[in-house]
Amino acid sequence: MGNLGFLLDGFAAALTPMNLLLALIGVIIGTAVGVLPGIGPAMTVALLLPVTYGLEPTSAMIMLAGIFYGGMYGGSTTSILLNTPGESSSVVTAIEGNLMAKGGRAAQALATAAIGSFVAGLIGTFLLALFAPVVTRFAISLGAPEYFAIMLLAFIAVTAVLGTSRVRGFISLALGLTIGLIGLDGVSGQARLTFGIPQLGDGIDVVVVAVGIFALGEALWVAAHLRRQVADVIPVGRPWMGKQDFKRSWKPWLRGTAWGFPFGAIPAGGAEIPTFLSYITEKRLAKHPEEFGHGAIEGVAGPEAANNASAAGTMVPMLSLGLPTNATAAVLLAALVSYGIQPGPLLLQREGDLVWTLIASLFIGNALLLVLNLPLAPFWAKLLRIPRPYLYAGILFFASMGAYAVNGSSFDLILLLALGLVGFGMRRFGLPVLPLIIGVILGPRVELQGRRALQLSSGEVKGLFGGINQATGRYQLSALAITVYVIIILVLLWPLVFALIRRLLPARAREVVEEISHEAHPDADEPPQLPADSVTGEETPR
Amino acid sequence: VSLPATAPANDRRVRDRAEFGVSAFLVAAGVVILIDAARLSNNRTGVDPLGPKPVPLFVGGFLIVLAIALTIAVLRGSTGEAEAGEDIDLSSRVDIKTVLALVGVFAANIVLIDLLGWVISGALLFYGSAIALGSRHFIRDLVIAALLSLGTFYGFAIGLGIPLPAGILQGIL
Repeated sequence: MGNLGFLLDGFAAALTPMNLLLALIGVIIGTAVGVLPGIGPAMTVALLLPVTYGLEPTSAMIMLAGIFYGGMYGGSTTSILLNTPGESSSVVTAIEGNLMAKGGRAAQALATAAIGSFVAGLIGTFLLALFAPVVTRFAISLGAPEYFAIMLLAFIAVTAVLGTSRVRGFISLALGLTIGLIGLDGVSGQARLTFGIPQLGDGIDVVVVAVGIFALGEALWVAAHLRRQVADVIPVGRPWMGKQDFKRSWKPWLRGTAWGFPFGAIPAGGAEIPTFLSYITEKRLAKHPEEFGHGAIEGVAGPEAANNASAAGTMVPMLSLGLPTNATAAVLLAALVSYGIQPGPLLLQREGDLVWTLIASLFIGNALLLVLNLPLAPFWAKLLRIPRPYLYAGILFFASMGAYAVNGSSFDLILLLALGLVGFGMRRFGLPVLPLIIGVILGPRVELQGRRALQLSSGEVKGLFGGINQATGRYQLSALAITVYVIIILVLLWPLVFALIRRLLPARAREVVEEISHEAHPDADEPPQLPADSVTGEETPR
Repeated sequence: VSLPATAPANDRRVRDRAEFGVSAFLVAAGVVILIDAARLSNNRTGVDPLGPKPVPLFVGGFLIVLAIALTIAVLRGSTGEAEAGEDIDLSSRVDIKTVLALVGVFAANIVLIDLLGWVISGALLFYGSAIALGSRHFIRDLVIAALLSLGTFYGFAIGLGIPLPAGILQGIL
């Protein structure tokens, strides 16, 4: 168990008084910012990134781990106590959570969310420690053609599986690829899309893109539609739960974790699908299914655990392949790069100490969160009453500070404003922001791997499908690359495949599908986005 | 970015003309990329058989194809689902005045940050934004703005060594 040894070393590095203090500060400010309405986990991490700039990479990662978990938990608190859900990952938690809070059981809803998050985070981080080295071993054996294929799959999965419209997803991706093109081409050294502006030579910093799209874009968009009547906050005391609640919660926690972790680890992006699946599962298995729709505790416990477990799952491809599968992972990856750390399959070998310290910090942050959040919940609830002009003025203020701090240059602020306007437009026209960020981060790497693969085959297209076998010296097709391409084609053709399956299904099975799509919209005003819907989306003529 | 018209965002039956603005923007972006790519010299070598040109050509073409696809989708009745959120009231019209005021305040910050320094420009950014967003506690807002910018300057620039400009207050702070 060499990995256990590494993990213990990680704990030893993370458990110094200074690092514990940083983790604690991270959890507190992460929760405080994450609780604020309109600020999701990705924006929390992006906005708080400058706080870590003065620290050395290990301490910065420890603090960031705290901010990350704090931001996640903060988001759930908001969705339970306010009657409108914020980020997509807590939409499902909000359904029953808010009903529980309205029914006077806010304390229990927050408690089952907090403990469920803890349990899921614990198991998820443990699985991360188990799987990251395995996936890394696999990743090191991959060559350029396989990487190229896997990253293409990440593009397609994030773009075509999530969201309601594929066209709009691809538009967002293409905009991200465009931003990624800006700067000097790494191989030939030629300037692309720099328009003779020297500051663009190094490209646009991903942190500036993330802050612009997430923070500035969101603030401008909210300003355009600011609710004059501030939403009601449900008052809450100290979270607690009785024996009965505990009995009803522990199984959903475990089942939610089981849904969340694998879905987080594959590039089908984010927590939307597993939280929804967990909700359906709990509704099916509940002893009192009639309570669903009136505030059933299982409907909070399961999805909330799924949400956190998927966050831990996301870390597996991020740390072992350098592949971000949701917005928060994309920002974390940008943070790694800004500390001068090169993400990718060699990360665990080159920066093993750092990665294991990070994993240990995730355990620590998770535990601190539980200890802090149970007593501090009433205080977090008060933060929800912050006057909205201050909240959004503050976002502009900190976004501006963070973007300036990246390079100490006001030119980045011009870029930030431009990107903020792009983010505004995207929200206005229903373009999802995730594919853009993924495009910015992965676009240049996809191009590099593709060109490398072609270099190995002297420019022949077959270089994308395989490479020279070292042992025989002959060209060999890569089974993995081909499999990935087949998956890509299936995902792209999914609406057709789905329609075909639907037609071939016997009547009984069709009923079940209809029922599930119906359950997907329990609340007509705020339909959560779901897999079943996303494939038929907008292309069907109305 | 084409700024949206003031049409109600959530009225699904009215075809949203502003969506065609998105298509136009995409075509414009695509054309710019293609023109920029056209002037790249494509010296393909053994080390780099593809060269720097094909990828931008592909992205530019992709944007134009997507613009056409979006136009067709909109003509067939597709509407972009405006993003919802805790503080967002989608039944209201786009409040373009507030957005422009915020953009103006932010632009002023870009111009002023190196001249006056972060403490002054940051305070003006917060103060101006809060007022643009409807706060009417002029004195309280100013106090909060000053505290925030002083606090971040001392905490981040001096405490954590993050580069924030002191500007004209150099030597005083």
